[in-house]
Amino acid sequence: MKILNQEETKRISDKVMSLSKADECIVTINGSRTGNIRYARNAVSTAGLVENTQLSVAVAFGKKQGTAVINEFDDKSLAKAVQRAEELAKLAPENPEFMPTPDKQAFKGSDTFSKSTDAINPEYRAQVAAYSIEACKKKGLVAAGFFTDQSSFETVANSRGVFGHQSQTGIDFTCTVRTEDGRGSGWVRRDAQDVNRFDPRAAAEVAMEKAIRSAEAKALEPGRYTVILEPAATSDLLAFMFNSFDARSADEGRSFLAKKGGGNRMGEKLFDEQVNVWADPWDKDIPVLPWDNQTLLARERMDIIKNGKIASMNYSPFWGKKQGQRAVGQPGNIIMSGGSKSTEELIASTKKGILVTRTWYIRMVDPQTVLLTGLTRDGTFYIENGKIKHPVKNFRFNESPVTMLNNIEELGRPEVLAGDESQFQLLIPAMKVRDFNFTSLSDAV
Amino acid sequence: MERRSFLKVAAAAGGTMLVPVFGNAIAAEDLMNPMARKFKKELADAALNAATKAGASYCDVRIGRYLNQFITTRDTRVENIVNTESTGVGVRVIANGAYGFAATNALTVDAVADAARQAVAIARANARLQASPVQLAPVKGVGEVTWQTPFKKDWREVPIKEKADMLLAANKAGLDAGASFMTANLFQVNQQKYFASTDGSYIDQDVHRLWAPFTATAVDKATGKFRTRDGLSSPAGMGYEFFDAKPEHKVRAAGGVTQLYNGGYDIIEDAKAAGKQAREKLSAKSVEPGKYDLVLSPEHLFLTIHENVGHATELDRVLGYEANYAGTSFATLDKWKGRNFKYGSDIVNIVADKTTPGSLGFVGYDDEGVPSKKWDLIRNGILVNYQATRDQAHIIGEKESHGCSYADSWSSVQFQRMPNVSLEAGKKPLSVDDMVKDVKKGIYILGRGSYSIDQQRYNFQFGGQLFYEIKDGKVGQMLNDVAYQSNTQEFWNSCSATCDQRDWRMGGSFFDGKGQPSQVSAVSHGSSTTRFNGINVINTARKID
Repeated sequence: MKILNQEETKRISDKVMSLSKADECIVTINGSRTGNIRYARNAVSTAGLVENTQLSVAVAFGKKQGTAVINEFDDKSLAKAVQRAEELAKLAPENPEFMPTPDKQAFKGSDTFSKSTDAINPEYRAQVAAYSIEACKKKGLVAAGFFTDQSSFETVANSRGVFGHQSQTGIDFTCTVRTEDGRGSGWVRRDAQDVNRFDPRAAAEVAMEKAIRSAEAKALEPGRYTVILEPAATSDLLAFMFNSFDARSADEGRSFLAKKGGGNRMGEKLFDEQVNVWADPWDKDIPVLPWDNQTLLARERMDIIKNGKIASMNYSPFWGKKQGQRAVGQPGNIIMSGGSKSTEELIASTKKGILVTRTWYIRMVDPQTVLLTGLTRDGTFYIENGKIKHPVKNFRFNESPVTMLNNIEELGRPEVLAGDESQFQLLIPAMKVRDFNFTSLSDAV
Repeated sequence: MERRSFLKVAAAAGGTMLVPVFGNAIAAEDLMNPMARKFKKELADAALNAATKAGASYCDVRIGRYLNQFITTRDTRVENIVNTESTGVGVRVIANGAYGFAATNALTVDAVADAARQAVAIARANARLQASPVQLAPVKGVGEVTWQTPFKKDWREVPIKEKADMLLAANKAGLDAGASFMTANLFQVNQQKYFASTDGSYIDQDVHRLWAPFTATAVDKATGKFRTRDGLSSPAGMGYEFFDAKPEHKVRAAGGVTQLYNGGYDIIEDAKAAGKQAREKLSAKSVEPGKYDLVLSPEHLFLTIHENVGHATELDRVLGYEANYAGTSFATLDKWKGRNFKYGSDIVNIVADKTTPGSLGFVGYDDEGVPSKKWDLIRNGILVNYQATRDQAHIIGEKESHGCSYADSWSSVQFQRMPNVSLEAGKKPLSVDDMVKDVKKGIYILGRGSYSIDQQRYNFQFGGQLFYEIKDGKVGQMLNDVAYQSNTQEFWNSCSATCDQRDWRMGGSFFDGKGQPSQVSAVSHGSSTTRFNGINVINTARKID
């Protein structure tokens, strides 16, 4: 099905609303066209295009809810969807924590669409793969990568008059380059809303250089080191921590933001004062939709950490009402302030340290302290007197992002990035951090 | 950009777990009517003919109807009930020696034939960047056949109220026994998969799986501490009869420290134990780091097997096809060719299979029409084989595929996925209590906890749900803050004893991720309680303020 425009989705949502007899009716329409190309061992392995559009109808009778989703849009199907949702709602047990969605409100649009990204075709995707494959073949290296682009829209509406429609685009590129003998491995990731900001050749070069430079790795003793963490090395660590910013969990005593004796740690200084983090749906580098499609609440620019202090937590409508706090849309992006230095400049000012390209397989060890474990991967180097001295074997770490953000020495220039397992879009700096805790060595390359 | 669709589900420690959503929510009554076989054959033939006419040397068609029902509860409330359905057709071809794939959710002869032609065009475009042509190991066409997961009670026919009541009863049992908070979820899957290929197979399969995970959380507001204990159930390739636990399904843990299950599950009883144990964890002794003999229960060991044997012996990883995401493998071809690589001690025998009843990997045929089988991966500690699909079999000198091809949706391309990978039971009669009685200083670990392993599967760190000190042959007090860290080869070579068949049972992973775009699969791993000597244990307690 083709990507729908605002007039088309307005017609559909109005029709659905007119068919529903429920106390409340919420309509969400999503459509996307996603292209991808995947390659390994210097050859393309798969390429594809997937299109999908779906309509979700959520209704409530009092505190009983039901939801139905279909991917057909003729009048008969719309009526069927409404009927199914209403039947499920009547069968469902009453949810004492049910909260109605908001009354009419205007959403201030954000600039999430790029024509160039929307126009990506199979030839462009093949060319992205070809750049890294051909360059790697010439140097006796082996490339494996994945490029994906998406053009999509979302419409949200409810029977109280809320209506929003917006289009989005984005690309994600990752490439791993390995030496033929498997002793060196380098990696790069690039994310952008506008494909014009993406240079596939330059990206491939980064992975190739890291692969070549990482080949003769030496073993360093595990222990606490000053580290320069590139943005991809902290993205998932930060995402794990920001997933724990739920006010209810803190108030209930089951989060690192819970206060001993009861309540939460709002306003407390938990991090170095250089740490400033906020969410902003209208940010020019990583704009996101101006609403939260779970609650239909508008997203706002909100400080999350201000000068190292907890500046806000996430309140669901139910918990917000119970605690007398205003609930707003949950953030879709995480922005952390940085400095103006490049990673090279951070290295230049480092006497002894370790440069980490990325981290991998991160898991929560203890939610009480957000203790995470994981490993370095695809480019770990020893720094001495401002220069990369030699590659080092990968480490396993056991570290909490809370501790990490307390031990900041210096911040670099922020970069746009998606995490491997993060639901947020991120704009985060490289960080120089002291006493990062590496607990064992890994032979993995 | 939105990278995947997820369903937010309440999970441990008040956070949320993101569960991939495969399709569209539908009303329950629609789940019961399968598509007519005659219609599926018509669609399949349209694709096979169109692809052949367009120049494909091979074509397979998968017509899938994927049905799921998720029920999520928190304390005394049902939070969400979601029914999803996804139906469509995926066509894979080989043309000019390269693969091409296209998929459509339009179930008409014309749309499916179009997809087949599009797949051929994509194959031709990909052929330009192909190093060598795809070689498929032969598979005999089986004509028109059917297969179904053996089950007694169809989850689709059990009233929603009955299922929700079971989860709420489990939550109540946990809360009454000491938990401050409970979450319990029920995931139910039905995959109606029709496969046809130019080899002459028309295979209609009906696959059923389910899983009921829960988390009990105990909070001590005065000290600011909280601890969780997850359920000890395994996901199963069974019907709803899984929840009718009989006495023969109950297994006694070493020293009687808790109740375990095999083949049937009493979620309410387990939730009651979890509430009590979560509370007990708040004041359990913090472990002294050092070397310990570890006695690992199957509810825990399954995930270790999954991570450091299952993934390490995937042939696509070994060859480098997953280098950009999941990674490669230390178990390289030279280690296999020599037939002398000591993966583990002599008593380590690890088999792959897709034939064990009740397992998540149990099917009649894989997504390339290859019949399910069983084969050795590690025999007497030596690496002897991998997991291969049709296009990989020739690389390891196999005459036929292992039947390891799987796609999580009609719209996903099938690729190599892990079969069940299990540790064989010990041959000598040995019960769990026999196992423990020789241990001077050890830890007994149960349940699935935190797990992390590097991209070549050498270095790993695993936690668990329950830890008990073993001292001078006796299971003693509960321990806290335990994780063990080792290297795969060292770990399996330290394997010193494994209980006999009486103690053998399966655990499983319901949402195992691999590939780009990421696909999930479900797989089981069996073992008996097993001992590993002299493993490094770390203490995970930290202070952040």
